[in-house]
Amino acid sequence: MKILVAVKRVIDYNVQIRVKEDGTGVVTDNVKMSTNPPDDNAIEEAVKIKEAGKATEVVAITVGEEKAQETVRKALAVGADRGIHVKVDGILEPLAVSKILQKVVEKEKPDLVFMGKQAIDDDCNQTGQMLSALLNWPQATFASKIDVKDNKLEVTREIDEGLETIEINVPAIVTCDLRLNEPRYASLPNIMKAKKKPIEEIAASDLGVDTSSRVEQIKVEEPPKRKAGIKVANVAELVQKLKNEAKVI
Amino acid sequence: MAVLLIAEHNNKELRPFTLNAATAASQIDNDVHAILIGNNSAEAAKQLSELPVIKKVLSVEAPHYENFTAENFAPVVVKLAENYSHIICSANTFGKNLMPRIAAHLDTSQVSDIIKVISSDTFVRPIYAGNAFATVKSNDAKKCVTIRPTSFDPCESSGGSAPIEKIDAAEEFSNTKFVKREEIKSDRPELGTARIVVSGGRGMQSGDNFKLITEIADKLGAAIGASRAAVDAGYISNDHQVGQTGKVVVPDLYIAVGISGAIQHLAGMKESKVIVAINKDGEAPIFSVADYGLEADLFEALPQFMEELNKLNTIQK
Repeated sequence: MKILVAVKRVIDYNVQIRVKEDGTGVVTDNVKMSTNPPDDNAIEEAVKIKEAGKATEVVAITVGEEKAQETVRKALAVGADRGIHVKVDGILEPLAVSKILQKVVEKEKPDLVFMGKQAIDDDCNQTGQMLSALLNWPQATFASKIDVKDNKLEVTREIDEGLETIEINVPAIVTCDLRLNEPRYASLPNIMKAKKKPIEEIAASDLGVDTSSRVEQIKVEEPPKRKAGIKVANVAELVQKLKNEAKVI
Repeated sequence: MAVLLIAEHNNKELRPFTLNAATAASQIDNDVHAILIGNNSAEAAKQLSELPVIKKVLSVEAPHYENFTAENFAPVVVKLAENYSHIICSANTFGKNLMPRIAAHLDTSQVSDIIKVISSDTFVRPIYAGNAFATVKSNDAKKCVTIRPTSFDPCESSGGSAPIEKIDAAEEFSNTKFVKREEIKSDRPELGTARIVVSGGRGMQSGDNFKLITEIADKLGAAIGASRAAVDAGYISNDHQVGQTGKVVVPDLYIAVGISGAIQHLAGMKESKVIVAINKDGEAPIFSVADYGLEADLFEALPQFMEELNKLNTIQK
């Protein structure tokens, strides 16, 4: 079984986001970038499945600008076998990314495609589902547990009401929740070894897909700020304030 | 052209956020049709027809619609799409799972999780865990939009009498099989719609200690929330998680106990009307969004809080 794992480079989850004054976006210059957190879970799961002898190859792919390759390199350092970097300029919408992934899937013929359930930058939560639609494959979204059984997967999904378990036939798409596993850190020797693993570079323009933007960003602004609150001295004062000032209890 | 709302339900009745999504749909266009895809779901379809904002209900029933599988739902909506300018659904796990599958089939770039309708093609949506608001304009001929339910008021639930039209089922998608659903049943209000939410974080230290929160929640008629750290640690089940990748809540009162206030948690609760933070670390970021901050050990503060509540003559429900 071959697993393709899609990873995205985003502003690190610990960075305090600042909106650009001209309203064109958020500040990314000199800001720490990392792999989208649930994409790390996707890589970890694929590597674990391979370590359990149930997969033969793990291929990490990213669609992004020059520096996005760092995320593939990181995936190689934690156990992916090889990488693919589809180079694009600027930011693509999930529909365009899923079309690019579709082309790569048609060529690579993986049995499974894993990725994070949501990117923490645009918070779209679309790419995995869109790719499944384009390929007409089953989709297991928001996965917190995956059991590989021959040519099937049993996946536990986190839903608003609790947990749901589904069984899907491969080939299939799984989008991963943060609770799926605990991503490992890359050891220094593995980081060195990863530098020798191959990364194939593909120009998005060579794939013949329409990646034009359909959703125009008019402006980006800071959300309204909450007015500063107060500290109360004790519980009695807190309850009194909630009862008589805020009038919420 | 009319807009098509995809109803969320449990085959017996509508799920509450369908009413919020109906409001959003009616802000895009007056002519709102709604589709209910289910199994033995006639009663839910009838409820849908009673929402005054809905002009027409489409109902399709088949055994393979029993469990809301996106692979089965999407083709039904895609087939109807040519008659509609917009397809609308809630941005909860139901809609997040389903809508992109529809959008990709229609070659539409979806607009996710909107919090405001500016016009029929322009919407406001939070990005970066709500640390920025983007105003976006969809240039696709057909628009697929998911709405953040807590940003729209629920519509009236009675008084309407839209006609219900039965439509044919689409073929079953055989590569996905539902196995089971583990729903945590509770008599408490639903987290997403509760007037008061009491949430615990890593500071609770154990699942057992959540009983301190449960007690207060019961007294206040509140729902129970949690930070991701508390869910990851196994103190409480995932359906309680509030935050960027959990649920977004906008209660009148949000009480955060032992929660430091990572930006991912704030994303799920900072629009609450009144926020209380109880934390022994006075520097915790949660205090920056709290209207009332209490710097205290929660194991002392929560029992005192319960005592003070017991002293009150009346508590709003």
